[in-house]
Amino acid sequence: MVKLTKRIGALVLRLVAFGAALAALIVMVTSRERASFFAVSLEAKYTDMAAFKYFVIANAVVSVYSFLVMFLPKESLLWKFVVVLDLVMTMLLTSSLSAALAVAQVGKKGNANAGWLPICGQVPKFCDQVTGALIAGFVALVLYVLLLLYSLHSVVDPFLLQKS
Amino acid sequence: MAVAKLVLAATSGKSSKILLGLRVLAFLATLSAAIVMGLNKETKTFVVGNVGNTPIKATFTAKFQHTPAFVYFVVANAMVSFHNLLMIALQLFGGKTELTGFRLLSVAILDMLNVTLISAAANAAAFMAEVGKNGNKHARWDKICDRFATYCDHGAGALIAAFTGVVLMLIISAVSISRLVQPNKCSISTTAATPSVVP
Repeated sequence: MVKLTKRIGALVLRLVAFGAALAALIVMVTSRERASFFAVSLEAKYTDMAAFKYFVIANAVVSVYSFLVMFLPKESLLWKFVVVLDLVMTMLLTSSLSAALAVAQVGKKGNANAGWLPICGQVPKFCDQVTGALIAGFVALVLYVLLLLYSLHSVVDPFLLQKS
Repeated sequence: MAVAKLVLAATSGKSSKILLGLRVLAFLATLSAAIVMGLNKETKTFVVGNVGNTPIKATFTAKFQHTPAFVYFVVANAMVSFHNLLMIALQLFGGKTELTGFRLLSVAILDMLNVTLISAAANAAAFMAEVGKNGNKHARWDKICDRFATYCDHGAGALIAAFTGVVLMLIISAVSISRLVQPNKCSISTTAATPSVVP
């Protein structure tokens, strides 16, 4: 009974992580705003920044991976491989989130020393959507860290609780 | 694949020596990345305009503190190199401290956390450096590498060292996790003289 609830809990966790990564992906992809000032029309898309493109790709990879792992049968030997892949996916998530965050912070505050002006004043809705996507990415990251610890616990049995 | 071979080797007693070597390399890589980026500074004087016939000069400095991503880069690399130093010291001077149960698990978990830390730092700095090198036409951000070439070169060197550290930390983490799989106790003494007995 305990094993069943644990397994359902892990499945729910992975489902929510899949949802969060998918949400981050969709919110970032649909962020687009057109602003015009002084007869110059400026359109802000997520493809303008390389970091946002990397964020979208990383979250897409993580979503597909989560979706596939949800259907892995319990007795499969691939669960040992899932531990390593979970670590790789966590690395992907954290690196993409930190890169997008670094670039978005420059977009919001600018960089006075380099002469880079902030762009959030001109495209506020784009900035808000990017912020939402980053928050969803952060939720996915936290869930993935929990999933990693859970996979490690269920596969490796580090406290040597089971007598083999 | 090299990682698979390392994981197989971990089942024998040589895993502690391999781990020690990898940790020394990772410590050196992350420490050099932190130091090179921490000392990254360039001052240059430019002519910004002309008043009549005399040029007006202004001095500009490029420091790593100007970019928050680089500050995080330096701090994270320092933390990871400190973690590796601690693990090396534990392995060399821990004597007969038994690495069992919770201690082995905490080493593995700390290694995993440090992998995510260093990969986040290296990537944030890499993307900020890319913006600095190529600029961004859409946001109207000029590139700075054509004017501060030495600053950019040093930053690139620090980034390469950090990415080497990322790869090394990933391998170290994989080896630490594989040591958890074998339920026999491994002591920290480097000479694997006594064969481990599997209950």
